Order: sequence, then structure tokens, then C-alpha cells
Amino acid sequence: MAKKKKTEVTWADRIFDSFVHGGIRQVAYVPDAGHARLISLCERSSKVRAVPLTTEEEGVAMLAGAWLGGHRGALLMQSSGVGNCINMFSVIQECRFPLFSLVTMRGEFGEFNPWQVPMGDGTARALANAGALIKPVDDVSRVVETVTAALTLAFSTYRSVAVLISQRVIGYKVWK
Amino acid sequence: MQTRFKKLDRRDAVARILKQRREALLITGLGSSCWDAAAAGDSDTNFYVWGGMGGAAMIGLGLAIAQPLRRVLVITGDGEMLMGLGALATIAVQRPKNLSVIVLDNERYGETGMQATHTHYGVDLAGMAACAGFPLTATINSNKALTEFIPQLYEANGPVFCSVKVDDAKLPMVLPERDGTWLKSRFRKAVVGSLD
Repeated sequence: MAKKKKTEVTWADRIFDSFVHGGIRQVAYVPDAGHARLISLCERSSKVRAVPLTTEEEGVAMLAGAWLGGHRGALLMQSSGVGNCINMFSVIQECRFPLFSLVTMRGEFGEFNPWQVPMGDGTARALANAGALIKPVDDVSRVVETVTAALTLAFSTYRSVAVLISQRVIGYKVWK
Repeated sequence: MQTRFKKLDRRDAVARILKQRREALLITGLGSSCWDAAAAGDSDTNFYVWGGMGGAAMIGLGLAIAQPLRRVLVITGDGEMLMGLGALATIAVQRPKNLSVIVLDNERYGETGMQATHTHYGVDLAGMAACAGFPLTATINSNKALTEFIPQLYEANGPVFCSVKVDDAKLPMVLPERDGTWLKSRFRKAVVGSLD
């Protein structure tokens, strides 16, 4: 049985506050353990619409539509989900849609599962190739400021911005 | 596959649907459905999607959530819809009352050499939408049925899904503007009034 290493989760609450202050109205996600707290906060809030996806690329398209209609959105996914989005990112890049993505990393810091390594190792390069600006964060004290700054960057400059949260921050699975 | 009925003309079907749009917002799919919408007449509230195959219905969902008082139409093709079938499940879960997804189903990949799509072999898109939980679905096989269903596209409690069986005639391209940034900004200015 895989157990989750206990980590401090207040950063998730503070990211949620950043979403509310930043005017985020739609949050699309494919679940990840590292996002569990933030997803839960979004689901319980009347200020954001939490939308579960079957695959991450749906969220890319959905948040383009959200912006067309006047809503800001955020896409929550695990690093493996970035690979599912690649062609849909072309819509974002061609149209200069603002897109904020919050990516929890796998296959990176203290990973046990070798199958997570190929996509995790390629996540930042894949995002960069798809025209995104990459903001990695591996220090829990910098998560919230990084998210807040990335939201401004995305929505003020009409660009795809991805914050990559390291396993160093979210903790890694202990496989026993 | 031998057809048991005369299929609809896609340009005519789209023109008839859009003639009644009033304030409705339109997202197209890529390829033929995009040309069909352009042929019916341009509008600031048309967003022509030239890429991102599989994303049209989801663009419609995000827009429908953001603009709950406006009707949102997605007009796309069967190949495009097949590439994003998960969207049927995601949309059904959200149940946007103001979203109607229309698939112009010619059972072909029209832009790549008219290869058969899965619907040609019997995959039932309206059936899949119904099973996902769309409260109103239809497969339209005649002009009369289309005439009767068009009001539902605009007035029924959605999400509505409608597959219109169209013939596979290769029609002249009618190309709308193609600069994505311009199309995006034009649409948003018309609907929201501001890019901020």
C-alpha cells in the first residue's frame, strides 16, 4: 500500500486565496494527490466552479472558452497530464489566450516509480516547446508568491504560464 | 454503407440553424464545420477554431459557464467530436443549461481524403451523449426533423446534443479570418467588452 508522506498543506489554502483574489472563476482539474487539498477547497467554494475532466487537454480548451466569455480559470494537473495537452496548447499559443496551469510534479524528487520518470523529466521541456512560460518552485515558502506572480503574468500578458510544484514541496509517496 | 435516407446538405443545415441564432454565441470545429459557419455569414460572436482538434465542445463548455444567460452553440464535425469524446462526460456532469453541441456527421474525415470515421461503422454519437447524461439528444435524418428540432437548440434546458446526418459532398472552402489572436480578441470584445 502506498501511503502519503504527511506534509504541511497550508500552502494549498493560500493558493486558493490567491485564486479568489486573482479573480479565478473556473478551476479545471484531473485529480492529483498533491492537489487534493486545493481541489477540495475549490469544490466547496461558491466563488469558483470546479470542473473535473476526463483528460487534461479538455481543461486547456475549456479555459480558452472561459476567457472568451469573461472568466479567468486555472488548470490543475499532475506532470503526466502535461503530455496529454500538447496539441491543445497550440490553441493557446496561436490565439494568445491567457492560461494558468498549476502542475504537481512526479518522476522528479525522490520518485520510486520508474514509469513516472519519462514524462516527469520531460515536463518542463514539453511545456516550453508548447510556448508556455515555466515557473518551477521547490521551496514551500515560495509557492504562494510564485502562484500569485504567475497569475498576473498569465492574465496581464495573455500567455500560458505553468507553475511546477516540486515533489520536494508536496512530498513523495512512501511505498510501504 | 448504404443509406436508407437522403442525407442533409451541411451548408443548408448550418444556415438554417444559424438563421435563428439571435444573440447566441458560436464555436466551430476545425475544417468543414468552420467553412460551413463562415458560409452562413460572419459575426463578431463567431469563434472559428482552426486547430486543437477535439477541443470545440470543451471551449463551448467554458464559454457556457462564463456566459450563463447567453445560448452557446458548438457546431463541429464527427471526426472532431470523436477525438474528444471525454468532453461528453465532462459536459454532462456540469449540465450547462445553455449549451448545445451540434455535430455535422458526414461519417468522413473531410479534410484528409474522405476516410471513414467511426460513425460510418455504426458508432452512435447521440447515443453516447445520452448515456453520458445529456438530457436531450437527437440524431437528425431529414430536413423536416431539423426544422422541428432547431427551436430546441436555442430553448431547451441543456446540455443538448444533436447529430445531423449530412451528405459527404465536398464543397468549396469558405475561409473565415484565420488569425487566432484577432479572432479571440474580436469575440471577447463583442461579448465581454474588454480584454481584461
